Amino acid sequence: MIAGPGAGPPGGRRDGGEDAGSLKIVPVRHPGRWVASAVILVLLAMLVDTLVFSHLTRGGVREGRFQWGVVGSYLFDPSVLRGIVVTLELTVIAMGVGIVLGVLLAVMRLSASRLLSGTAWLYIWFFRGTPVLVQIIFWYEGISYLYPHLSFGVPFGPSFVTVSANSLDTAFVAGVLGLSFNEGAYMAEIVRAGIISVDEGQTEAAQSIGMSRAATLRRIVLPQAMRVIIPPTGNETISMLKTTSLVYAIALTDLFTATQNISNRNYEVVPLLMVASLWYLFFTSLMTVGQYYIERYYARGSTRSLPATPFQRLRQGLFRIRPQTPSPLTDPPLARPHA
Amino acid sequence: MPEPTGPPERGVREAELPMVDARQVHKSYGRLEVLKGIDLTVGRGAVLCLIGPSGSGKSTFLRCINHLEKIDGGELFVDGDLVGYRQSGNRLHELKDREVCSKRAEIGMVFQRFNLFPHMSALDNVLAGPVWVKKAPGGPSKERARELLARVGLADKVDNYPNQLSGGQQQRVAIARALAMEPKLMLFDEPTSALDPELVGDVLDVMRDLAGTGMTMIVVTHEMGFAREVGDTVVFMDAGVVVEQGDPRRVLTEPEHERTRSFLAKVL
Repeated sequence: MIAGPGAGPPGGRRDGGEDAGSLKIVPVRHPGRWVASAVILVLLAMLVDTLVFSHLTRGGVREGRFQWGVVGSYLFDPSVLRGIVVTLELTVIAMGVGIVLGVLLAVMRLSASRLLSGTAWLYIWFFRGTPVLVQIIFWYEGISYLYPHLSFGVPFGPSFVTVSANSLDTAFVAGVLGLSFNEGAYMAEIVRAGIISVDEGQTEAAQSIGMSRAATLRRIVLPQAMRVIIPPTGNETISMLKTTSLVYAIALTDLFTATQNISNRNYEVVPLLMVASLWYLFFTSLMTVGQYYIERYYARGSTRSLPATPFQRLRQGLFRIRPQTPSPLTDPPLARPHA
Repeated sequence: MPEPTGPPERGVREAELPMVDARQVHKSYGRLEVLKGIDLTVGRGAVLCLIGPSGSGKSTFLRCINHLEKIDGGELFVDGDLVGYRQSGNRLHELKDREVCSKRAEIGMVFQRFNLFPHMSALDNVLAGPVWVKKAPGGPSKERARELLARVGLADKVDNYPNQLSGGQQQRVAIARALAMEPKLMLFDEPTSALDPELVGDVLDVMRDLAGTGMTMIVVTHEMGFAREVGDTVVFMDAGVVVEQGDPRRVLTEPEHERTRSFLAKVL
């Protein structure tokens, strides 16, 4: 028999033959929780007040402290929107190149060849050891200074195509190179941690049915490593979205630079910083949702049953308007039907 | 002492060659010598049970047969071919990765800790070899994979993931996965050691049935009952050498060597 809620206190001691079911249950009180809640509520009220209702006189004009009107008027400014496109392009390309480089470097580091693992170690040492801002400016200044002519061809031999560095969109290329080379170093460590987290028995089992090393890595090891790789990669992507703002230093008009360009003209510094922040927040929120679903996908086989997504829980909550205690007439029995 | 075996005669018909022929096989990890000259033969269709205390080199020997470890000395033949090398004329070429893979594909292996692929259903685990290694067409392979799972008593667990199965069920899926490659030799590395006692029987039943079909099997085990009942030969190993081998009824009941006797006294 399964006891429904309120069927009686479990574990209650029965004294003097009294029926425990007839006694009143006194829940544990949490006074500390009430005090903390009161403090938080006051702080929240202050926050809402200062953000929304508070006013201020600046230069003889009385206006809202946070000037939401100004924020709103620049939120969808065409130059801001163009900046968003650049920011997203930089994020996607730098993360894409970073992940590919990361997998490559991780596999190299785990290679039996000293030359390969040493090269990967050196790469990670260099790019993790220098600030990404310095790298971005280095590529920006360095490309035309060090390599005015870029040629593609046989090493130490003839070249097939030669491009003048001046014909490139130097700022964008420098931004991409700086961000993705740096990201590659971090992703390499993340991927390596994922690969070594997979039990060695998995590789042996795959080899014992005749799978090649490459197939074992691709079909058996990496899919399992993903569970370890995805969460930090999500963090890296969110971090990358914000780090792209460093291209401000090389005058590439991303989201942040676009808002700065506007405030340099109209001196509305704080509202435009808020415009940038709101957009960054919007995209990082989107990524958080995406990360949740990707993690869920790669959790297959690691948990016996996946918890419902927030949407599934919402749907269940909306469409199950039932009495809390099961009614023997309308609800199916809780015991297994084939028992 | 094990009886010395003669060199394989190249002219002998393949069917008369032993499936596994080990001569003075040596293997060391650094300074630790794990195998100190193993001499063994396993005939076609025979079931050989390897027993002995842990650390005696049983598992290492099994892994050498499947190219998971490389031997340092002696000769090891599987189905007439030298393990790890290809002979052309009077030269021995070390096998390339691809060739090692195709050799492994002919030998099934079952591990102590199952090693099922946790991100794949039972069916996909069984399909992995045929589809990814043999590049067999999906439809008929699926049919056959279902048959194999039914044969190990898991027809209703086809779509379950490994962590939804008990240890015994996982090990039976692992056996089906190995059988899907249609191996000529099956290696079992303590297949029931990680199981709860009441689950051991199901796995041993499957292995007994498999032995009945004429599969050549080498079984590292602590299940003396299984060794006595199913084994054609029992080999007792200790400290990297074969101490004693022969008919299970004789070795397990009237062992000639003191070391075998003291080992059996502890496990029986």
